[in-house]
Amino acid sequence: MSEQYTYAVARMRALEVSLFSNSTIDQLIACQSYDQCLQFLEEKGWGDTETSGNAEAMLTREEEKIWEVVKELSIDMKNFDVLSYSKLFHNLKAAIKEVCTEEKNRHIFYEDVSIPGKEMVEIIKDKDFTKLPANMQHVAAEAYESLLHTRDGQLCDVMIDKAALDAIYEAGKKAEAKIIRDYAESTVAVADIKVAVRSQKTAKSIEFMKRAMAECDSVNVDQLSKAALAGMDALREYLTGTAYAEGAEALAQSPSAFERWCDNRIIQTISPQKYNAFTIGPVIAYVIARQNEIKTVRIILSGKLNDLPDDSIRERVREMYV
Amino acid sequence: MSIWENLGIVYALLGAAIAVLMAGAGSAIGVGVAGQAASGVVTEDPSKFAKVLIMQLLPGTQGLYGLLIGFITLQKIGILGSGAADLTPATGLMILAACLPIGIVGLISGKYQGMTSAAAIGIVAKKPDQFGKAMLFPAMVETYAILALLISFLAVNGIKI
Repeated sequence: MSEQYTYAVARMRALEVSLFSNSTIDQLIACQSYDQCLQFLEEKGWGDTETSGNAEAMLTREEEKIWEVVKELSIDMKNFDVLSYSKLFHNLKAAIKEVCTEEKNRHIFYEDVSIPGKEMVEIIKDKDFTKLPANMQHVAAEAYESLLHTRDGQLCDVMIDKAALDAIYEAGKKAEAKIIRDYAESTVAVADIKVAVRSQKTAKSIEFMKRAMAECDSVNVDQLSKAALAGMDALREYLTGTAYAEGAEALAQSPSAFERWCDNRIIQTISPQKYNAFTIGPVIAYVIARQNEIKTVRIILSGKLNDLPDDSIRERVREMYV
Repeated sequence: MSIWENLGIVYALLGAAIAVLMAGAGSAIGVGVAGQAASGVVTEDPSKFAKVLIMQLLPGTQGLYGLLIGFITLQKIGILGSGAADLTPATGLMILAACLPIGIVGLISGKYQGMTSAAAIGIVAKKPDQFGKAMLFPAMVETYAILALLISFLAVNGIKI
C-alpha cells in the first residue's frame, strides 16, 4: 500500500461531494424546459462566465475542468492512457478522413489529448507516422492506405476502433492498479458486445465482426461473433453464460436499455473505489464518473431540446457514481 | 573513565533515545500522511480546516508519549539534575528494555494511526456531520500506544537504582 496518492484521494473525496447523485439527475429531468435545465446547471456551478447559455461550451468546459484538476495532482499521465486512447484514436480517424477526402470539418477533433487535431492532420498529411505513439503507427499507415484506395470509410473506422481497443487492453494489462486493469477489461468486453449487437442487427459477416472485435479475457470473440451470426436469441444466450448476463436482460428490453447498461457496467466496475483511500483508483474513478456525468447531462439536454417525454429521457439516463 | 566501565548509563541513555526517536518518527510519519490528506480536502473546501486539523493531530500523541518516557528516564538516571547515576550494565539494560514498548509501539501505531486518519479525513470530506464517528477509527489505534506508554512508565519507575 502506498501513501503517494493520499493527497490526491482526499482531494477527490472532497470533489465527489459536488458530483451529481441520482436525485440531482431527477431534478434536472424535472426541469420544465431546456433553458431551465441550463439555468439549473449554471446554479450548480457548471461552465463559467464565458459559457453562459451555451450548452456545448458548458459541457466542453466541464470536461476541461476534470483534466485541470488531474494535472494539479502531479500524477504520471501515463496512468490515464486507458481513458485518453479513445479520444486519441478518434483524432487519428478524423485526421485520416480529412486528409483523404480533402474535406474540412470544424470541431471534429478532441483538443485535450497528447496529439490535438491540427498536429494529427499535419502528421497524416506528411505521412510521418513515426511521430505517432508506437501502438498507432501501423494502424495509421494501414487505415490511410485503405481509405485512399478503397474509399471505404467504415473499413477505416473498424481498423482504427479495433486498434484503439487493443491499445486500451494493452495499457490495462501493463497497469499496476487493479482499477485500470478492470476498466480496460470491461471497456473492451462491452465494446465487443456492442459490435456483436450492431453487427447482428445490420447482418454483418463473421469476418467483419472478427475484424472489429478485440481480444479480451472475459469474452470469447469467436463464440461471441458466432452467436451474433446465429441471431439475437443466441447472442443473449451466450451473454447469459458470461459475466455480462445483465447485458442480455437489457438487450431483451430495448436498444436504449442496452446502451444504458453498457455505461452502467463501467460505473459498476469503478464503484468499489469509493472505499479506497491510498491508491490511484479513486482518481481514475473520479475522471470516469465525471465523464459519465457529462454524458448523462448531454443526453438529458438533448432530450429536452427535442421535447422527449421525461420517461423516455429517464430510460436513457446512466447510473451515477455517488 | 572508559565507556566500557560505564555501560550501564550508556544502555539507559540509549533506552531514552529509542523512546523519543522511534515514537517521534512514528508520529512524524503519521502526521505527515494525515497532513497530505488534510491538504487535499482543504484545497477544495477550506471550511473543513478545523475538522481535518484535529484528525491530522491524532497521530501526534505517540511522539509526546515517547518524550514523556525519555524525560522520566533521563531524570531517573540523573542526567537531568544531580548528575549521572552509577548504573550497573544489568540495570542499564533493564531501563533500555523498559523504554522499548513505547519506542516500538509508538513507531508502528503512529504510522498506522496516520493512515487511518487519512482514510477518516475522506469521511469528513464527504460527510462532515459524521465527524465524531470518523474520529473514532484513528482513536482506536491510540489504545495500543497508551498501553505501551503505561508499561514503559511503570517499568522505568519500578527499576531500583
